[in-house]
Amino acid sequence: MSETTAQIQANYMALVNRRRLYGGLTLLVFILLMATGFNIADARNAGGFWEGLHRIGDYPADVLSEAWEKRADLPGLLLKYFPALIETINIAAVSTLIGALSGLVLSLLATRGLARWPRLIPLFRRILDIMRAIPEIVIALMLIFILGGGPVPAMIAIAIHTAGALGKMFSEVAENADLKPVDGLKSTGANWSQQMLLGVIPQVAPNYLSYTLLRFEINIRASAILGFVGAGGIGYELRNSMAWGPGRFDEAAAIFILLFGTIVFFDQLSSRYRNRLTEGAHQ
Amino acid sequence: MSEIATLKADADALFSRKKTVAFAVRAVIFAYLVYVFFAFDILGLAQRAKMENAVTLVSDSWSHKTHVTRSHRGGAMDYAIEGERKGRYPEGTRPDWVTGPDDALEVALGDGSIVTLLPSNRTLIDIPGFGTIEAALIDGRIETNLSENPPDWVYASPRRVTIRTDNGRITLTRSKTEIFRYAGGWELFFYTLNSPYHGKRFGEIAFGDQIDPERPNWRGAWEDFWGNAMWRHADVLWAIGETILMAFLGTFGAAIVALPLAFMAAKRFAPVALIRSITRRIFDFVRGVDALIWTIVLARAFGPGPLTGALAILITDTGTFGKIFSEALENVDEKQIEGVASTGAKQVQRYRFGVIPQIIPVLLAQILYFLESNTRSATIIGAITGGGIGLLLTQAMQTQKDWEEVAYYIVLVILMVMFMDWFSGWLRGKLIGRSEEKH
Repeated sequence: MSETTAQIQANYMALVNRRRLYGGLTLLVFILLMATGFNIADARNAGGFWEGLHRIGDYPADVLSEAWEKRADLPGLLLKYFPALIETINIAAVSTLIGALSGLVLSLLATRGLARWPRLIPLFRRILDIMRAIPEIVIALMLIFILGGGPVPAMIAIAIHTAGALGKMFSEVAENADLKPVDGLKSTGANWSQQMLLGVIPQVAPNYLSYTLLRFEINIRASAILGFVGAGGIGYELRNSMAWGPGRFDEAAAIFILLFGTIVFFDQLSSRYRNRLTEGAHQ
Repeated sequence: MSEIATLKADADALFSRKKTVAFAVRAVIFAYLVYVFFAFDILGLAQRAKMENAVTLVSDSWSHKTHVTRSHRGGAMDYAIEGERKGRYPEGTRPDWVTGPDDALEVALGDGSIVTLLPSNRTLIDIPGFGTIEAALIDGRIETNLSENPPDWVYASPRRVTIRTDNGRITLTRSKTEIFRYAGGWELFFYTLNSPYHGKRFGEIAFGDQIDPERPNWRGAWEDFWGNAMWRHADVLWAIGETILMAFLGTFGAAIVALPLAFMAAKRFAPVALIRSITRRIFDFVRGVDALIWTIVLARAFGPGPLTGALAILITDTGTFGKIFSEALENVDEKQIEGVASTGAKQVQRYRFGVIPQIIPVLLAQILYFLESNTRSATIIGAITGGGIGLLLTQAMQTQKDWEEVAYYIVLVILMVMFMDWFSGWLRGKLIGRSEEKH
């Protein structure tokens, strides 16, 4: 009853062909989706892709040439916008701090085996999901309506999203935490917060810090963008100087430089520390 | 004994050091928060905050108001939901809480108050527990029977009188008398007043007699719902589609561009240090410029719209993906490549069968994660570059009046992000296998 080699080969080739067919079809569908998507986006855009392509360099060239003409003013402008930059960084830092702390508490409450009230785990998970799903701009715009422009709406908006995003990641890490220290602490009569603080946090701290640093990076970008819709900081200054148009391009250039420098600086800083943290955890 | 003593001394020193560090960390965080408290001017903010705006926002987001307007020149009446042309009652119809003949219209505000509109621009406002306020426009001045010190829900001057009741508001100016009546719910969500299907129950439309003689019920009902001028369901769905399209094109476009570049940045595949270093600097640069600046630069070239947003996401994420992909490529297992090479495979085949299968799961997981996160970014970028649901949302918020529309958009945005979250998780499960998922 054993199959001959030819049969095996034929079966194998049929299998391979079917796989290739499926793979090819998936690829075809994907290419079609991309092409139609591009055409739809192109049609609904104010200017077309192909007409605009050669103009990509125009705006940066205008900004750069004007900034170069007025290069003597540049240090002064950098100094002028530095306080706004500090505000943007502060928004990011405070919202990361508050978001990480609330994410920490929520994540522990939403983790199996660690939760204070195991029955409420689904509730806290849904809370985290919703906090994560609300885009920052929604909360920021609503708070701007109530509180007026400034850094606080952006800070609260980013903090809420950060708590949701970090809470989910924290909870995934905490699920793998060793429960023995918790049991040990429980036997000495430690209450829940002591069990968490002394039994769980030390195990997961390097991972948590690493995620928090990554979030800080993301939040600097978010806080600059929210400034553009009216929430203070360097983004707000950028919008104002953009509104002036030519003649004030040197200001726009100064802000671009500050923003770019800050993002790159904190990217490098956090990736260096994150590497150290994760390498330390492997040892 | 001395050994134990030294151990104890060491332990004590360690403990006190840890205590100091723990205390210092908390002190630094506290000091920073105090600094921010003053830098952000939280005290001033508490004074500037407009709590009445919060009340408006919350109450308007689930309610609507109907405007009843009488022109003081000619006495023409107008009934319109939210005072908008699209929500106007057709000629000859009026809400059922307006009763009486034309020369003595009675408007019931739903809280017991009744406004009676009399000829020659006289208005009677009967408020239970207070009495009747009489107001009239005489020689360009608004005269009332109110005393010198009216209650705080009344504002009266010769040019303008405003009276707030529990469920409504009456405003008299020289040109018109305007009555607002508040009610819960999102009015006209399915059909506007000029549609024959307005006010019909679902059963009547689905199984009842043909309502519009020219169209079958299912088609007319769909057309009137889809073309609802007040809620613009078709436009809103298009906008959501645009936002998802921006995220989709941006994410996958970035992945397609980044993959070949990542080979040039990985040590194993690009032996020339200069090329590696240049590629990496390019990645750092496009990432560092950030989607905000790319959006601004690209909007100048391509104009506002979804394509600009998609390209901004594409360019920024090319940098991010390039970095992640090249790290994944550095960690590729050499043995598989050797195995493929031992069969006589050429360079391209070695990559195709030795490298790609190893990194595909990592890549896909990252791409799908970014797809979800970019849906959120596309909402914000859309608000800046003018496309998608982000634009509708900011427009509705900036007009500061249609908060029920804002609430509708917010619900849709949250549903959209949750859907994309679920969808990318589902796709990841299909493509990589459930075992990759931890929960």
